[in-house]
Amino acid sequence: MKLRKVSAAAAAALVLSITATACGGGDGDNEGSGGGDKIKIGIKFDQPGLGLKEPDGSFSGFDVDVATYVAKELGYNADQIEWVETKSADRENALARGDVKFIAATYSITDERKQKVDFAGPYLLAHQDLLVKADSDITEATDLNGKNLCSVTGSTSAQNVKKDFAPKANLKQVGGYSECIAGLQSGAVDALTTDDSILAGFAAQEQYKGKFKLAGLKLSNENYGIGVKKGDTETVNKINAALEKMVQDKAWDKAVTDNFGPANYKNEPAPKIGNVVS
Amino acid sequence: MSSVLYDTPGPRAKQRNVLFSVVFFALLAVLVWFVWKTMDDEGQLEWALWKPFTEEQAWTTYLLPGLSNTLKAAALAMVIALPLGAVFGIARLSDHRWVRGPAATVVEFFRAIPVLLLMLFANEFYDRWTNVTSEQRPFYAVVTGLVLYNASVLAEVVRAGILALPKGQSEAAKAIGLRKGQTMTSILLPQAVTVMLPAIVSQLVVIVKDTALGGVMLQFPELLSERATLAANYANVIPSFIVVAAIFIVVNFILTSFASWLEGRLRRSKRSTGAVLGAEDVEELNAAEVGGTYGTGAGGTI
Amino acid sequence: MFDFLEGYNVLEAFWTTVQLTVLSAVGSLIWGTLLAGMRVSPVPLMRGFGTAYVNIVRNIPLTVIIVFTSLGLADIFGVTLGSRDFDVQGFRLAVLGLIAYTAAFVCEAIRSGINTVPLGQAEAARAIGLSFSQTLRLIILPQAFRSVIGPLANVLIALTKNTTVAAAIGVAEAALLMKEMIENEAQVLLIAAVFAFGFVVLTLPTGLFFGWLSKRLAVKR
Repeated sequence: MKLRKVSAAAAAALVLSITATACGGGDGDNEGSGGGDKIKIGIKFDQPGLGLKEPDGSFSGFDVDVATYVAKELGYNADQIEWVETKSADRENALARGDVKFIAATYSITDERKQKVDFAGPYLLAHQDLLVKADSDITEATDLNGKNLCSVTGSTSAQNVKKDFAPKANLKQVGGYSECIAGLQSGAVDALTTDDSILAGFAAQEQYKGKFKLAGLKLSNENYGIGVKKGDTETVNKINAALEKMVQDKAWDKAVTDNFGPANYKNEPAPKIGNVVS
Repeated sequence: MSSVLYDTPGPRAKQRNVLFSVVFFALLAVLVWFVWKTMDDEGQLEWALWKPFTEEQAWTTYLLPGLSNTLKAAALAMVIALPLGAVFGIARLSDHRWVRGPAATVVEFFRAIPVLLLMLFANEFYDRWTNVTSEQRPFYAVVTGLVLYNASVLAEVVRAGILALPKGQSEAAKAIGLRKGQTMTSILLPQAVTVMLPAIVSQLVVIVKDTALGGVMLQFPELLSERATLAANYANVIPSFIVVAAIFIVVNFILTSFASWLEGRLRRSKRSTGAVLGAEDVEELNAAEVGGTYGTGAGGTI
Repeated sequence: MFDFLEGYNVLEAFWTTVQLTVLSAVGSLIWGTLLAGMRVSPVPLMRGFGTAYVNIVRNIPLTVIIVFTSLGLADIFGVTLGSRDFDVQGFRLAVLGLIAYTAAFVCEAIRSGINTVPLGQAEAARAIGLSFSQTLRLIILPQAFRSVIGPLANVLIALTKNTTVAAAIGVAEAALLMKEMIENEAQVLLIAAVFAFGFVVLTLPTGLFFGWLSKRLAVKR
């Protein structure tokens, strides 16, 4: 008897799950963006200084400030913004599917990406750089040869170093920048490489203050743009106008000082819209 | 069972066992001490790194929502994958080639592809062909990926379980005039499921662990990816990994404990209703297949 | 259509996947057998250790274990496995992590294989005066292995796919190349399809071969 109960329960579960799936398929309104009062914006959640989910559930960082400003110009207040995490690998798809209205997530403008998405901006010119211990003697990229270097797996920065700057550098690849910093702190690696903006954000963190410094190299040009769905020229123009205004009324400078100030980060002046430095 | 492999220890063997134990224990103790000391030297035991886990916000903002997503996805995937696995397992045993063949193809195909990629494809499928909202889509994609893979593995478990039952079971069913379907649902399947419970449970553990793949490329905020956000805030990479690993161990331990309690109940109840297989017969007859499914239990990509 | 493959050595990446798989398979077979031996051994503490090991390791996501070998073993405990070169070191650490994880499953498979060996075999072995280790090595394990070839093949297939996790610590195998390609080419689906195909090519023949082998070697009783 019990056994029959088991199979009955299994059957019930099957029916339940099928209906659950069916219902789930039916009730979505597929309005990824635009419609309604909310606007969805893609950012990073785990990068201090650029896009970070704080312990109280709020969001902070330069990308967040820029996005908030842009959203305001598009007619959305801060409380109407819904922040969505967009990891590097998923950014193009998130836009193509309409999951988010736009993406401000350390998103460098490149030719390959331009075939898939449209970019507004750039709103920040960053460079690949090194983060080293405060007392380190690494000052040039060639100093890295024979040294231990850390970067995030599969990232462009890691590929650049291997190919161009220091082919003999000993490259350790890990899952995230936090892991690299842990290695830098313990002495397992001598330097960490990625965009200087990202590095500055980490160096400015409470726990790391005074322990690390940026080497100040400009190994590459990373033009951070705001990604928009391919073909949505209207939004691109609106965002460009918003970005121009942000620079004009000094909100841009304030965002830079607020977020990168403590790291002693020498940022580039605000880039001109459409001026992609290659 | 294990006691069959060696004699009941006499005085000398007992002494030797004590000696082995002492040596083994000493080695373990040295290892533990070494780990502790090195962690201390490297500053990983500093209170500042561990303090966040005593505060409410670390849990309410990162860990608990992550755990809740992990559990929800795992639970739904289990509920769908178990019956689906049973269906495919039975289909592979069908007398009709046109049922057997396709079922075998589906099972072999989905077992061969890494779960992460299955999730990726499912995500794209839901975007193109359904109107699931973008908030819900990662969840659906993760569950679908888990179901496709684990149902295939469970199908093999169920098939092995049914094959391992004594022939007399289906013969007796035939003799009392049950049809094929009845034989399967009321005689073979219930016994197979009971017998294969340990293997099924290993697979459920895999489902829980594999939810972690959802955070790799889809934006599914499960426990392991919430850890990254947490560590970015508190700058405590190693402690955060240790805490998350501990959470996974506890969750899976609860799952396996529940399953062995259930197993005990089912075995007992079977005896009272005129049992078919004694516990020992089960081990004798089915251990190979049971083992097989322990093996398949390793199927997770993470 | 497939011009995005240009400039990437997909075959080399899959070769690394194969190397990871083979080395980890051999290692986990050895360590897993030792663990199984511990779990049925007369020494209570060893039995306890074996049980605890299997239950803890099986319950942790593999990613966590692999990352631990890199951040924990290498960075904190200074286990370099004979190489300061992170490429080599990462590969060896990944093999170590995969062995540690897979061995738990191998152990369980073998242990259930031990259960299939008829009681009479062990009893006869003891009756002619063989010790525990002799009984295990000469009588029980050879029979147990033959009956668990199928299950072990499943572990091997899972292991093949599990090597993708090594990408988390930068081992240049298939999944890492996939990640790099996606980052550069913005062609997620096509790229993923190519790699999915690669894994089907690797795992399907494995399954078929071992299926055939287990039938051939099955202990006739």
